[in-house]
Amino acid sequence: MGDRSRLCSVWLGSETGILKGVSLTRKQAFNFCDTRQLSRDQEVRVLSWGDPPAESELLLGLVDGTVRTFSTEKGAFTDARRCGDPQDGCFAGLAALSSSTLVSCTENGAVRVWAEDSREPVTKLEAGKTVCRMRQSPVSRNKVATGGKENGLKIWDLQRPEAALFSAKNLRDDWLALRRPHWVRDVAFIPDSDKVVTCTGYHQVHVFDPSTPQRRPVLEAEYGEYPLTALSLTASGSTVVVGNTQGQIALLDLRKGLVCGCLKGLSGGVRGLQCHPSQPVVASCGLDRFLRIHSLEDRRLLHKVYLKSRLNCLLLASLELEEGAGGQVEGQAEVKEEEEDEDEVWASLEQVEEETTKRKAAEKDEETQKKKKKKGKD
Amino acid sequence: MDFNEVPVTSERKSKKKKNKKAGNKRVSEAENGESAGVEKKSEEKIMENGESSAAFPPTFSVSEIKNKQRRHMMFMKLKQEKRKQKLQLRKKKKKERAALGDKAPPKEVPKTIENQRVFDETTVDPEDEEIAFDEGTDEFSAYFNRLTNPQVLITTSDRPRGKTVRFCEQLASVIPNAHVYYRRGLALKKIIPQCVARNFTYLMVVNEDRLVPNGLVLCHLPDGPTAHFKVSSVRLRKEIKRRGKDPTEHSPEVILNNFSTRLGHTIARLFAALFPQDPNFVGRQVATFHNQRDFIFFRFHRYIFKNEKKVGIQELGPRFTLKLRSLQKGTFDSKYGEYEWVLKRHEMDACRRKFQL
Repeated sequence: MGDRSRLCSVWLGSETGILKGVSLTRKQAFNFCDTRQLSRDQEVRVLSWGDPPAESELLLGLVDGTVRTFSTEKGAFTDARRCGDPQDGCFAGLAALSSSTLVSCTENGAVRVWAEDSREPVTKLEAGKTVCRMRQSPVSRNKVATGGKENGLKIWDLQRPEAALFSAKNLRDDWLALRRPHWVRDVAFIPDSDKVVTCTGYHQVHVFDPSTPQRRPVLEAEYGEYPLTALSLTASGSTVVVGNTQGQIALLDLRKGLVCGCLKGLSGGVRGLQCHPSQPVVASCGLDRFLRIHSLEDRRLLHKVYLKSRLNCLLLASLELEEGAGGQVEGQAEVKEEEEDEDEVWASLEQVEEETTKRKAAEKDEETQKKKKKKGKD
Repeated sequence: MDFNEVPVTSERKSKKKKNKKAGNKRVSEAENGESAGVEKKSEEKIMENGESSAAFPPTFSVSEIKNKQRRHMMFMKLKQEKRKQKLQLRKKKKKERAALGDKAPPKEVPKTIENQRVFDETTVDPEDEEIAFDEGTDEFSAYFNRLTNPQVLITTSDRPRGKTVRFCEQLASVIPNAHVYYRRGLALKKIIPQCVARNFTYLMVVNEDRLVPNGLVLCHLPDGPTAHFKVSSVRLRKEIKRRGKDPTEHSPEVILNNFSTRLGHTIARLFAALFPQDPNFVGRQVATFHNQRDFIFFRFHRYIFKNEKKVGIQELGPRFTLKLRSLQKGTFDSKYGEYEWVLKRHEMDACRRKFQL
């Protein structure tokens, strides 16, 4: 199990309660679960890294309110603990604050901080009646953002849980002077700034800027006519990838809020989206039971993996690149050191193939050139 | 060795010709055929080519004739000739087959877009544990575990007219425990909780356009999924020739054909759960959902075993064709619901040999 799990670069949680790992270099998918003990109570709702820089532990938030820890080194579940009652609703977000404390958020808006080995939460706060998503800021780990239906964006500092750092104001009435409803479906912190981007169930994308006194969105963009369910920022933070319930994914530029491209190939609603932190690729999963990886540069479909169950959430490993030129060699070197002979053969084969193809192509070019020259002489 | 060498030379020839002339296709083809005259088939092809090239100069094509009548005449002649040759070829083949008798090679299977189907990775493997678990615990599991009995509410779009009303009545006679209700302008989202409270397991809405039914929403209750179909070629009982007497109250047997992918399985389960689990074999009635190229054909028959070998069937009607438009998770909510599968035209059906069900 251990050597399998170390290969995987994409992790997915499914509705049947199976944790799935996909290795793109070897084009293989693994199930990390006992298939005899499957049950719908163990449906994986959220996935996050237990120790973000190292990325050796996965936290799985299950529907019945337990959080399981999966070690990618050992390839097995190491720990399970209860975080909250089942009547609080299932998880809307989960994140690690440090190696042992974690913060969870349920759909009823209960944000809790759990320390190690204590059954009672250290910090409690209520983030409104319904919460669709809670996200942690990648820079300061005590900062979380929440939002839900009729519950605008709120940014909290977990050190000071009394009041929110920022709470969004209601949207301005529309041209008929009617109230516009709120429905935040997903949130993300824009790197290198205070700004936060949200997508809503009313197919809008909003950018909020807590550093200014304006509590209404500083940018509003619309995409399509179906609820946007997931969102992810690209590595540069200038474009955002959003997906909706019909399986349409679009890239929106955050400077003007214009659509700068759509990703094709999906057939069901999007549940999880994530861009790779360093490579220009985006992974998406959803109700159509496929993991798809698109290139952000030419928007082509790079990989498509059928994973047999509806997929709820998705997590990309930041270190292991899929097929980058420089990164792959490193990864393969590691593989060579650690794995059995077979893998070595595999890795070396792939390398050689690529090189030879390049060479062949080069040679062909040369040959054709020579031929042309000859013809010219004739 | 000769066999090998000959085509090589021909290629060279043709290449040279291409180099010399500006690639006259016909000539090169004819040359190729002539030089590679080893097989019988190819020999005949040469005959054709030879004849055509004998009839017209090599660069000639019928479309270049300016006189319309003459062009027409020449074209007809060309066609006739081609047909003649084809017939001759077929006769020859038949003769050969007859001569060979039992040793004749097996007949070629005709190529259809179904048997050339692109492999679908979601095709269900019956031994797969994960899919078995997924199917065993889905929304229809209550029906398949015999915990619920199907009860169907059939309604229409607002103010149904013409064929739609009769179509609903006939559907209700096919599906046991089905009740037709007048829509009364009610919203579907308001109907659904009432249906759930009254223990209905299905809500069926027939849409119409210009007096003809054209859509069907099939919503499984209490918690989905909802499928939206396009309905076409509806023939009611009255329009069917040689039909039997009206169907009886017995619950029919159900045949589901060709639902092979994961999506197909879900749709098949959706149809299966419409009918009671135990059919009354006394009634000898069968409802068939046959999937072919993603079109689902519905037929309703009565059968009889005439003797040990012969079976007679009699169509009872109605008959119609369905095509899946979307499958939505949860009960009907077309605006905010999450779709499990949506038909994306020009994106999904770009390949004619790829099927979804």
